[in-house]
Amino acid sequence: MEETKIIVTLSGADKVGIVAALTAALAKYEVNIEDIKQTIMQDYFVMFLLADIGKSKYSFKEIKDGLMEIANELKMELWVQKKQIFDKMHTI
Amino acid sequence: MTFFSTDSIIETIHMIKLNNLDIRTVTLSLSLRDCIDTDVKIVGDKIYDKITKYAKNLSRYADEIENEYSIPIVNKRIAVTPISLIGESCKEYDYVYLAKVLDKAAEAVNVDFIGGFSALVEKGCTRGDRALLDSIPEALSATNKVCSSVNVATSKSGINMKAVLVMADVIKKSAILTADKDGLAAAKLVCFCNTPSDNPFMAGAFTGYGEPECALNVGVSGPGVVRAAVEKLDKNADMSELANTIKKTAFKITTTGELIGREMAQKLDIPFGVVDLSLAPTPAIGDSVAGIFKAMGLEDAGAHGTTAALAMLNDAVKKGGIMASSHVGGLSGAFIPVSEDAQMIEAAKLGHLTFDKLEAMTSVCSVGLDMICIPGDTPNSTIAGIIADEMAIGMINKKTTAVRIIPVPNKKVGEMAVYGGLLGEAPIMKVNNLSNESFVQRSGRIPAPIHSLNN
Repeated sequence: MEETKIIVTLSGADKVGIVAALTAALAKYEVNIEDIKQTIMQDYFVMFLLADIGKSKYSFKEIKDGLMEIANELKMELWVQKKQIFDKMHTI
Repeated sequence: MTFFSTDSIIETIHMIKLNNLDIRTVTLSLSLRDCIDTDVKIVGDKIYDKITKYAKNLSRYADEIENEYSIPIVNKRIAVTPISLIGESCKEYDYVYLAKVLDKAAEAVNVDFIGGFSALVEKGCTRGDRALLDSIPEALSATNKVCSSVNVATSKSGINMKAVLVMADVIKKSAILTADKDGLAAAKLVCFCNTPSDNPFMAGAFTGYGEPECALNVGVSGPGVVRAAVEKLDKNADMSELANTIKKTAFKITTTGELIGREMAQKLDIPFGVVDLSLAPTPAIGDSVAGIFKAMGLEDAGAHGTTAALAMLNDAVKKGGIMASSHVGGLSGAFIPVSEDAQMIEAAKLGHLTFDKLEAMTSVCSVGLDMICIPGDTPNSTIAGIIADEMAIGMINKKTTAVRIIPVPNKKVGEMAVYGGLLGEAPIMKVNNLSNESFVQRSGRIPAPIHSLNN
């Protein structure tokens, strides 16, 4: 189901344990990761993650709030958005 | 495996974070026609109950969707059936009371504005219409969230000059009653020619007679996104390329509006109405329609060429947006409200943008003379003349035009009027002081124009 897909975008200074911390949190919230891409942009580490929250017993808000806590600890910027916004905006 | 493009993600986040892309408003359109009664207290009770029932979850759902897509939904609003009709069957008219009920209901459901304290009087007033018009100054000064609009002209009916004269007086009185707030009540009041019945933007939102019981209409924004896209273009890009860039950007903005609108309508379990694909500026830095003119190559808004630039912008926004939504409606185009656009304010302060140039621009923009502050001692006849001129532009060109003008009490040309929030601030602009008294006092109606022999 497309409605349950989310895109997580994490960016900030590179350091040890970023992917581990985020994926551990996603596992805790029973979110299935479908794809991960990462890159360095203008000296910043940027990670994009496609996941499905359809089988999680947690709500979108609970998951987003949980991930935000992790991002705050890592001192990184985090965006958690339903994937549909990207699909609608960039395809005819 | 589902495909996803990192470029698309970065672009979307940039549009929201750096270029002020937002959903300006989700507006619940609600018919109040079943609230009519002979007792005004019963009418008030029915209105309050209906609004609080239908809009109970509007604000909460908007917050949820805002969080799910990380796109700001700036305002939640309600538009209702013109109240002139709803209060007209009462044995004793009390439109100010009904305005207060609307305000209380809007407060109870936590929306930013409620529109529909309105009347459609392009051919003449019924008794209820006239009573509503006379009550506007008190109604707007006694409430916080109520917005009022009066349609005084259409291309098919002509211009009701008697109503224009009345509205000039109503605007002046509204400003005077809120003199301590630089005439704020007049900022919540607009006169229209060819008003659309599904517009989600204030102050002109109302639910027209042909609209369904309820619907969810969305107003998108995004001048900052268009400016950024135009700035990125090669400086030598020709006009076709410029127009195409604007079209593509408008498409992206509008699809977002459509998505949010459909989600909201689904959650509220009501039909989705229209996307109004307007470029609505805010006083925030960069979120400016005048900024787009500069990016196009004009030194400032007001330079010769501004009208042409606006015409292309307005048209390209519609062309790009119409493809992105199943139903486009409302005002749809580029707004040019002076006080709500940081670079328009600056251009007006510097004298680059004059009242007359703004009037010329309204012949090709989406609405009209919007959020323009003029001296508080401007005669009523001059205000009536300003309205009549603007209505004539709409009537002849078969487009929507509007006047939202504030004669700021006790202030003179060059001084500033400050409203704050989305309404912003503006310098008092100079108007032409030549007398038009004998012309506007003729009253009556300017006949509808011929619709052939176009020139």
